[in-house]
Amino acid sequence: MAIAWDLFTPWHALAGGLLIGVATALFILGNGRIAGIAGIVASPLRAVLSRASLRPERTRLWFIAGLLAAPWVWRMFAPLPAFTIDVGALGLVVAGVFVGIGVRMANGCTSGHGVCGLSRLSLRSLVNVLAFMGAGFVTVFVLRHVV
Amino acid sequence: MRTILAVVSGLAFGLGLIASGMTNPARIKAFLDLLGHWDPSLAFVMAGAIAVGLPAFALARRRRTAWSGDTIEIPSSTTIDRRLIAGGVLFGIGWGIAGFCPGPALVAMSFGPSAAWIFGVAMLAGMVIHDRPWAPR
Repeated sequence: MAIAWDLFTPWHALAGGLLIGVATALFILGNGRIAGIAGIVASPLRAVLSRASLRPERTRLWFIAGLLAAPWVWRMFAPLPAFTIDVGALGLVVAGVFVGIGVRMANGCTSGHGVCGLSRLSLRSLVNVLAFMGAGFVTVFVLRHVV
Repeated sequence: MRTILAVVSGLAFGLGLIASGMTNPARIKAFLDLLGHWDPSLAFVMAGAIAVGLPAFALARRRRTAWSGDTIEIPSSTTIDRRLIAGGVLFGIGWGIAGFCPGPALVAMSFGPSAAWIFGVAMLAGMVIHDRPWAPR
């Protein structure tokens, strides 16, 4: 293990993290909802496909609208950071399906179990975080250093 | 009030992701490359978010009603089962392959690169495959 000092941006990371924390705090105290992106997306999607009412989904849909507006607001003040992908279309499809099924099966992702769950000191969320972090470490290890 | 709070929450969340650098899949993969050229930034993002989240949830737990008037809904499940772990492993494999999790994927879809769309549509499909919203319940 060697720390990549050329990539590491502790202050930006911490500042961005604090802002994510503020967003999470605002959503639970302001709207009474968990800022877990997987659930926020899956719930209205399910409602649309089962032809259920979208009324109970309004808060989530507005949150998504804010999230989608973020890069456009950012761009008014500064250029967007770099965006680099090192997998092809097939890899992206496989990864996307895995992420979609996985976050629904476990009922949460990096935000729901990661940020919110750990902030709630939930053991259930900690177990999920260890599972996805562990699987992520192993996957990148295999892809970069074994294959 | 409800609408404004939700939009501002989503906007702040997205701006935080962009500011932290986590909308770039290469940064996620650099964090997951623990035994290679390791970039610890994501751990700092989590630490920053949890530093604010801890007091916020401690406060939320003592309240019943949010500022919008809605009931505060905090998950009550403490179940640790195979689905929790298998779901985490599946998610982690996909996260490791592409460097995307749901939040950054949505933000990236919004500013448009086709790779984000390929991943994002597949992710939504994965959610639907799991949830099977057409199945009777």
